[in-house]
Amino acid sequence: MFQVQRTPVVHDVVVVGSGAGGGTTVKVLTDLGINVTLLEAGPNLVPEKDFKEHIWPWQVDHRGSGPNAESYFGKQEWGYWNAPNGYWNVPGEPYTVAPGDEFRWFRSRILGGRTNHYGRISLRFSDYDFKPQAFDGLGFDWPVTYDEMSPWYDKAEEFMGVTGTHEGIRSAPDGKFLPPVAPRVHEMLVQRAGKKLNIPVIPSRMAMLTKGIHGRAACHYCGQCGRGCQTASAFTSSQAMIFPALKTGKLKIITGAMARELMVNDEGLVRGVSYIDKATRTEKQISCRAVVVAASACESARLLLNSKSTKHPNGLGNGSGVVGRYLTDTVGYGLSGAVPALENMPRHNCDGIGGMHVYVPWWELDKKNKDFPRGYHIEIGGGLGMPQLGSFRGAAAQAGYGPSIKAAARQQYGTNISFSGRGEMIPNENSYCEIDNTKVDQWGIPVLKFHWKWQGYETKMVQHMHDTFVSFIETMGGRVPNRTFDPVASISKGGSIIHEAGTVRMGDDPKKSVLNKWSQAHEVKNLVVADAAPFNGNPDKNVTLTIVANAWRAAEHLAEEMKKGNV
Amino acid sequence: MANPEISNSEVQVQTPDVSRRDLFRIVGTGLLSAEFVTAQQAKDAHAGMAGMAAAGPKSLNGGALYVPKHLNAHHLKTLRHLGDLIMPADATSPAASEAGAAEFIDFLCSRNEELAVIFDGGLEWLDQFMKRKYGADFLTAKPTEQTAVLDLAYGSRTGSPETAGGAQFFTWVRNMVVDAYYTSPVGVKDIGYMGNGAMSTFSVPQEAVDYVMKRSPV
Repeated sequence: MFQVQRTPVVHDVVVVGSGAGGGTTVKVLTDLGINVTLLEAGPNLVPEKDFKEHIWPWQVDHRGSGPNAESYFGKQEWGYWNAPNGYWNVPGEPYTVAPGDEFRWFRSRILGGRTNHYGRISLRFSDYDFKPQAFDGLGFDWPVTYDEMSPWYDKAEEFMGVTGTHEGIRSAPDGKFLPPVAPRVHEMLVQRAGKKLNIPVIPSRMAMLTKGIHGRAACHYCGQCGRGCQTASAFTSSQAMIFPALKTGKLKIITGAMARELMVNDEGLVRGVSYIDKATRTEKQISCRAVVVAASACESARLLLNSKSTKHPNGLGNGSGVVGRYLTDTVGYGLSGAVPALENMPRHNCDGIGGMHVYVPWWELDKKNKDFPRGYHIEIGGGLGMPQLGSFRGAAAQAGYGPSIKAAARQQYGTNISFSGRGEMIPNENSYCEIDNTKVDQWGIPVLKFHWKWQGYETKMVQHMHDTFVSFIETMGGRVPNRTFDPVASISKGGSIIHEAGTVRMGDDPKKSVLNKWSQAHEVKNLVVADAAPFNGNPDKNVTLTIVANAWRAAEHLAEEMKKGNV
Repeated sequence: MANPEISNSEVQVQTPDVSRRDLFRIVGTGLLSAEFVTAQQAKDAHAGMAGMAAAGPKSLNGGALYVPKHLNAHHLKTLRHLGDLIMPADATSPAASEAGAAEFIDFLCSRNEELAVIFDGGLEWLDQFMKRKYGADFLTAKPTEQTAVLDLAYGSRTGSPETAGGAQFFTWVRNMVVDAYYTSPVGVKDIGYMGNGAMSTFSVPQEAVDYVMKRSPV
């Protein structure tokens, strides 16, 4: 690669990454008349080709196992039907983990990123989530308050379309909601159990359209949002933000472009982006006035750390040394049980929206004497779903062989109710990523090395989750499969809930943070980070809605600064 | 192609009633080339999807003319029969062969060597076992002899020491027969899955709510 291709054109803004943060930046800037060039490491998305919506299992020879029986050999982590393009193992793009630590790094490589398949749970962070240190002394306060962020949450919700109801619960601030979806039968059972246990079970807040908005059709309740949605009734940055932005004539998309380095001028400001054109394996460089990095928390940190110069010897904008630090993911644990009341329930279509229609927001915020700080929310699963490979193997194993298999399958179908806890991890000094100087990926780019430690209270939270789930299941008359429970063994591995955040954090003090309150680098005013990397904490609220709100806010600020001539 | 219901390519998809291409045209134009999706377009898309979902169950049995992709003819025949013993017809629904269980396994054996070894070897083991014990291979053994070996293999959670050599095979064949059954039209109908369609609003029938609440302790 000795002949580097440079283009003489100076682009207004280059955006790196096309997921929730990149898509929002593209939408906001092009709406404001700014020319944007978007770099995406993966291919273009073609929904009518890439989304396997409404296909029955028998319409493919392999019935969903993958064309080479992958699922039978544990080689298809997400199943054949789902929309992601990437996963934890990306061929040719390794990462390393410090000895004794465990971390799994999910990467999505397609236009729209993880928004093509994500769960679409859309929860506002609460007032105390932005000021956690003031709340209980732990973690780091954001340089932004809930009240400052609230108008951007409004914009994000009104644009994405989020279901919900006004509940007045402090841990789950109300928003600008579309009508909720009626609960399924098993969800009504969970609501009744919640009433008895004095735990709130409220309509879920999900980015699926119960009404058509912004040119996107209302949901048709097929429950297959994870496969991708042909009608864009489930939010994606690709369909809802990037494709419409193309029509403005202000957007240029370069796919198959793996950002390698942000290049700086003599003043230490970004002058352009160097990327590998994957198709030709050549390095290309484009010049720009400003760059918005939204490549996912760890990939964004990697790009900054790999952008070393005399002005920025520790990586771009990293005078503070905190790039890569304070990496967080969500604390995850799940349990399901069979509930006999549901056996042989009259059959009906209960697909609904993909995922839960009701959920449990954190309900013990004011409780004293807990053995862990903050809390978690509970996601509910169950219902009469489309049978898949594996759905009835358990019933069959119990039945043996012969007519009893069908009888067992009929009886057990739809009786399982699952509970998934999603809890807050408070950032710590021992969980971070850095460049591994001994290894490069197939594009010649130095890879990340991860360090990961839970602090201890997370396992106490998992114990609380387990006890709560058992109470729910037993209150409904259900059976819990395995009572021997070890919270240390049961907690999710770092990175496996795919809510990485916090590696390029914001703050008022340039010595302790990389970005200011507008997600603009303290040391590099034409650099903005717009994914979950700027987050100072990772509450039990899932990251996407806040990525969109924060990116929206950052993009409007960048546009103002460009207009004023400051950038 | 011997079986008109199953395509040879894993990417080619056949849909009943409404062509998938038509559906995407309906849906896709609204999204990608027009300024807005109109209410009518959305309705059309939903109607198209409903049409797809309403298509009636069809047999996936390859029939006598089916040409195996990996298994030999004897193994395929044995597998069909074995599948029908594991999941026989009852008053509600037909046997595993109607779900194309043997054809499904044969296809994947042609795509995965590890799986091919499990089934080639397992079916071979089964015949050898039957010959040693009854002097006839599985297919020509008496029905009581066929079920006797299944009683041994599936009679307990761990299986019998006598059939231990076939233990892996018996687990795989039951798993894959059951998988094939419930991912086929007859299986979906048997279990009563009624979705994969389009609804204009989501609601559940009161009958289902009443049934469950009457049985529930809460």
